[in-house]
Amino acid sequence: MSEEKYIPKSKLGQWFDSRLPLLTLSYHLQAYPTPKNLNYWWTFGGILTFCLITQIVTGLVLAMHYVAHVDHAFESIEHIMRDVNYGWLIRYVHANGASMFFLAVYIHIFRSLFYGSYKSPREVIWIIGLLIYILMMATAFMGYVLPWGQMSFWGATVITNLFTAIPFIGESITTWLWGGYSVDNPTLNRFYSLHYLLPFLIFGLVILHIWALHVPGNNNPIGIDVKKNSNETMPFHPYMVMKDLLALLAFIIVFLWFVFFAPNALGHPDNYIEANPLVTPAHIVPEWYLLPFYAILRAIPSKLGGVIFMFAAIFILMLLPWLDTSKVRSAIFRPIYKKLFWILVFTVILLGYLGAKPPEGIYLILSRLATAYYFIHFLILLPLLGRYEKTDPLPMSISDPVLDKPGVIDKVKKAASEYEGENVGSFK
Amino acid sequence: MSAHLNKFLNFFFIAVLIFVNPLSAFSEEKKIDYLETNWSFNGIFGTFDRASLQRGYQVYQEVCSGCHSVQHLSYRNLYEEGGPEFSKEEAKAIASQFDVTDGPNSDGEMFTRPGKLSDKFVSPFTNIESSIASNGGAYPPDMSVLAKARPDGANYIYSLLLGYEDPPAGFELDDGVYYNKYMAGQKIKMSEPILDGLIEYADGTEETKEQMAKDITTFLVWASEPHLESQHKMGFKTIIYLIILFTLVYLSKQKVWSRFNSKVEEEKEEEEEDAYDKVEAAVTKYEGEDPKSFK
Repeated sequence: MSEEKYIPKSKLGQWFDSRLPLLTLSYHLQAYPTPKNLNYWWTFGGILTFCLITQIVTGLVLAMHYVAHVDHAFESIEHIMRDVNYGWLIRYVHANGASMFFLAVYIHIFRSLFYGSYKSPREVIWIIGLLIYILMMATAFMGYVLPWGQMSFWGATVITNLFTAIPFIGESITTWLWGGYSVDNPTLNRFYSLHYLLPFLIFGLVILHIWALHVPGNNNPIGIDVKKNSNETMPFHPYMVMKDLLALLAFIIVFLWFVFFAPNALGHPDNYIEANPLVTPAHIVPEWYLLPFYAILRAIPSKLGGVIFMFAAIFILMLLPWLDTSKVRSAIFRPIYKKLFWILVFTVILLGYLGAKPPEGIYLILSRLATAYYFIHFLILLPLLGRYEKTDPLPMSISDPVLDKPGVIDKVKKAASEYEGENVGSFK
Repeated sequence: MSAHLNKFLNFFFIAVLIFVNPLSAFSEEKKIDYLETNWSFNGIFGTFDRASLQRGYQVYQEVCSGCHSVQHLSYRNLYEEGGPEFSKEEAKAIASQFDVTDGPNSDGEMFTRPGKLSDKFVSPFTNIESSIASNGGAYPPDMSVLAKARPDGANYIYSLLLGYEDPPAGFELDDGVYYNKYMAGQKIKMSEPILDGLIEYADGTEETKEQMAKDITTFLVWASEPHLESQHKMGFKTIIYLIILFTLVYLSKQKVWSRFNSKVEEEKEEEEEDAYDKVEAAVTKYEGEDPKSFK
C-alpha cells in the first residue's frame, strides 16, 4: 500500500476528496506497488474481473427476454437464439462465459496453491476467494437450470435431492428449496431470482478480496516479501495494467473462439431437449467445472457420506493456511511439495474425468482412490511436509531469484582476481 | 531421493494414462462410427449449400412434416439471409398453403386463415399427447434443435436415416418396431422414412436416399442454428481484429516496460560499480598503496 499522502491538484478536487476520497482511492489503485517479478499466472485476477462483468452485462440483456416459467423457458431461449438481435451472440457469450470463468478461477486457485499465496499474511484474501468460488458454483448451477432442458431439470433434481440426506430435517429443507414436492415452476422461479442476486454478492466479495489484497500487497513467484517502494516493485499503472490487458486479450481470443466456432462443445446435447419429468436421461452429469465434486459425491457408498465428503472437499480448502505448516511460500523452493502439487492437479483432473463417467467398475474404484488421495494430500501430507521437507535456500531479494545465477558477487570476484593477477596467494 | 521420486511419478502418470483410456471400451456400450459425409457448414468458413437447404425443406415438407414439428421456425426464416433464401414471394406462397388457427375474433370465435410469413411452422399435431397417440406410443421429436440435441448431431441424423437394415438372426422385433443400427438399442419406432425416388426434386437432382438424407440433415442443422453463417463470418472478423489488437498491445507493453527495465538496469549498474569500488579499495588497503611495486 502506498503510504504517501495524496493531495488532488485542483481546488475542486481537494474539496471533493476531503468529503469523499474517491480521488485518493483512484490514486492508490494506480500507484499500488506490485512486485516486478509477477509472471503471467498473476494476470488471472484481472481476467476474472472481466469474466464477472461480462456475465453480469450479458445476463442483464438475457433477463430482458427470458421467461422464467416451465411452459415458456425453453421456448424463450429459442426466441433469444433466433429472433432477438444478436441474441445468439449474447447467449453463447453468457453460456461459454460461465465455462471460461471457471477455467480462469481454477488457474487462479492453482496458482495460489503453487506459490503459497494463501499463507500468512494473506489468509483472509484466500478465504474470501473461496467464498467467491462457492457462490460462483451456486450461481452457475442455478443458471444451468434456467433453459429448462433435460440436464437442467435432472441436474436440479439430483443436486437438490442431496439435501434429503441430512438427518431429520433433510426432507423439509428439500421441500422448502423446491417450493413444492418436486422440481417445478416454483423452483425455476426462485432459481432465477437467486441467479440474478448472487452475482452481485460475488461482486461485493470481489471488492473485499481486492481490498484485502491491497493490505499486504501481492505475493510473487519467489514467495518472499518485497521491499515496497524500492526497485523491486512497480506501480500498478501502467505496468501491470498493460500486462493484464495483454493476457486478457489472449484469453478473449480463446473465449470467443469457443463462442463463434464451438459454442456447444462445453455443454451437454441433452439440454437442447425440453425438460420432461417422465423421461430420465441415460447419464445425468453436471457441467464440466463441477465434475470433480460430483465424482467425490458418488465415490462414497452412503448418500449422507457422499454429501459430507463433497462439501468437505471444498471447505477443507478454507483450513489450508493452517494445514500447510511450511514457512516457505513458493513451491520453487519446496522440492517435494512441488511434486505433490502436480499430483494434486492430476488427481483433480482425474476426478473430473471420472465424474463424467458412470459410477461403476473401474471408474468407481479410481474415484475412491482419487477421493482418498485428495483428502490425504490436505490432511496428512501437507502438515507433515511442513515439518520434514528440506527446502532450498531462499534468495535475499526477488532481484536475485536464484543464488547461483551469475550476479554481482560473481562479477566482483572475477574483477578482483583479474586485478590481482594470477598468484595472489603467494603473498601470504 | 528427488530423482527417484521423479522417475516414479513419470512412470505413475504414464501408467494411469495408458490404463484409463481403454477403460471406456469395457464399461460403456460400444460406440458405433457414424457415416460421414462432407458438410459444407463445418469449419470456420462453413456456409450452407442453398440448393441443398431448399431441397431439404422439400424433404421435410413432403416426408417428415407428417409427424415431426419444427415449431421454432417461422415461414419468414425461409427467405432470410443465411437460410434456404427462397424469394420473399416463394416464402409467402409456402406460408399460404397452411391453415393457421387464429383468434378469437370480435365474436369470440376461433377461425382459420392462410398462413403468413410471421407465423411459426404449423405443427402436425396440436399437442404432444396426440402425436404420441398417433405414432404407436412414440413421440416424434420436434426437430427445431434436433441437430444440437444429439451428440455429433449432423452425422447422427444422416446415419440414422440410412441405418435401416434387416435385423440380425435372433433379434426380436415387435410390430411397428424397426431395426436401425445407429439407434440406441437398435430399435426404432419410425419406419424407414426415405427411399430412392420417394419424392421428385424440382431442380432435377437425382433422388437417391443418400442425397435426400444429406439435404434434410443440412436443413435440420440450419433449423437448429439459423444464424450459423453470420456466426462464422463475425467470428472470423473478430478473431482477426483481436489478433491485430493483441500485437499492438504487445508492442505497447514492451515499450512501457522498457522504461522500468532501463531504470532498474541503471540502478543495478550503479550498485555493481559501487561494489567494484569497494573491493578495489579493500584490495588496495590490503596490498599497500602501490601493489605493482611488489612485482
